[in-house]
Amino acid sequence: MHSISEGLIKAFSLIGSFDADLLKIIFLTLEVSGVALLIATALGLPLGALVGLRKFPLQRVAISLMNTFMGLPPVVVGLFLYLILSRSGPLGFMGLLYTPLAMILAQTILALPIIASLSHSAIVNVDPIIRQASITLGATPVQVTLNIMKEARYGIMSGIIAGLGRVMAEVGAVLIVGGNIAGYTRVMTTTIALETDKGNFELAIALGIILLVLSLAINMFLHLVQRKGALQPIR
Amino acid sequence: MKLNVSDINKSYNGKAVLQDCSVSFEKGAVYALMGPNGSGKSTFLRICALLETPDKGSVEYLSGDSIVRNDIGLRRRITLVLPGVGVFNTTVHKNVVYGLKIRGLSKEEIRRRADSALEFAGLLHKKDHNALTLSTGEGQRLGIARAMVIEPEILFLDEPTVSTDQENTAIIEGIILDMKKKGMSTVIITTHDPAQAERLTDRVLIMRDGKIIEQKSP
Repeated sequence: MHSISEGLIKAFSLIGSFDADLLKIIFLTLEVSGVALLIATALGLPLGALVGLRKFPLQRVAISLMNTFMGLPPVVVGLFLYLILSRSGPLGFMGLLYTPLAMILAQTILALPIIASLSHSAIVNVDPIIRQASITLGATPVQVTLNIMKEARYGIMSGIIAGLGRVMAEVGAVLIVGGNIAGYTRVMTTTIALETDKGNFELAIALGIILLVLSLAINMFLHLVQRKGALQPIR
Repeated sequence: MKLNVSDINKSYNGKAVLQDCSVSFEKGAVYALMGPNGSGKSTFLRICALLETPDKGSVEYLSGDSIVRNDIGLRRRITLVLPGVGVFNTTVHKNVVYGLKIRGLSKEEIRRRADSALEFAGLLHKKDHNALTLSTGEGQRLGIARAMVIEPEILFLDEPTVSTDQENTAIIEGIILDMKKKGMSTVIITTHDPAQAERLTDRVLIMRDGKIIEQKSP
């Protein structure tokens, strides 16, 4: 109990003093997660739209795979990437292991199925009459697709925010491929794991509080997005 | 532009919905398609509006004596207002300008046409409201305004007043009558109401069991 209260007091003082190490860890976390989210969105959104709007063989298999990969265990992704990126692996020559790029790659793999699957879900749930109305108003196939995606925007945004939540809170994969190197690949979650192991609770608690605040902000934003998208079409 | 429909047939899951339907629609006239539920009116309209293809037969648009090629250019000269309208989850104004924006019209032209259509449909005061918050009748008026702004040569209206109250029905009928007066568009509507057909149209087609059984003046 004593260590918790002491840890909390020191944690708040760390946050209040804008500690340089703390800020560096926060900025690297945001950078890695932000870039991973951008890449996962750039790939996942068209993938979700393609699977949702085009008919092709094995479509059901593709949907099942997307849904299954949503629950990918991060440590398995970390292990898989480690084997590929390690010196003896097929991409070992690139020297990516224990770099922020490897962490971005891991987080992209984790966020991609979430964004693709939730975007797919949002797109297939758009009332078919929207597609027909767009066609009757003279839209080209591309304009029809864009209009459907626009209608699905709140669901798509929910998917992107869920992806952000996943990568921000992730520890297993980035620890394995990032190596938790101080000042280079150390992010909030890996620092919390390390400092807790060392019994250094103040930094762990400070980062934990910041992570919780960020998570709360993401969830509040998600809630707002979902509420805004809750209007039902005229029947 | 004239529309010639020749011997079209359509089946769903082996059940014939349309059988050997043939008719010509002349430029600038208003037509009513009447018949009981399930007689094939909506399917006929959707095929004419190029939203579906017939299993057999042809739908040809003629400009003078030459057939207009079925491409995006033709589809932008006609439009269909669906029974559920399919309003987009955005403002009333953005719904109305959608068809104009995808045609790449100038901002000035878009504003002029949108304001005029919204005023005509009695929705100018609601232009900044989300379209999903409109009543059913207002939604139907929005659908017509959204179609009117693109100034189609042929306008198809599938049951435009089926679930609207008297006030909205009167407004919608007013819009159709005005289009008839101007004679710029051919209007083809489906309706169950003989009195409405009489008020609005020049010609009535009666459908039963997927066939056009009668063509007459209202």
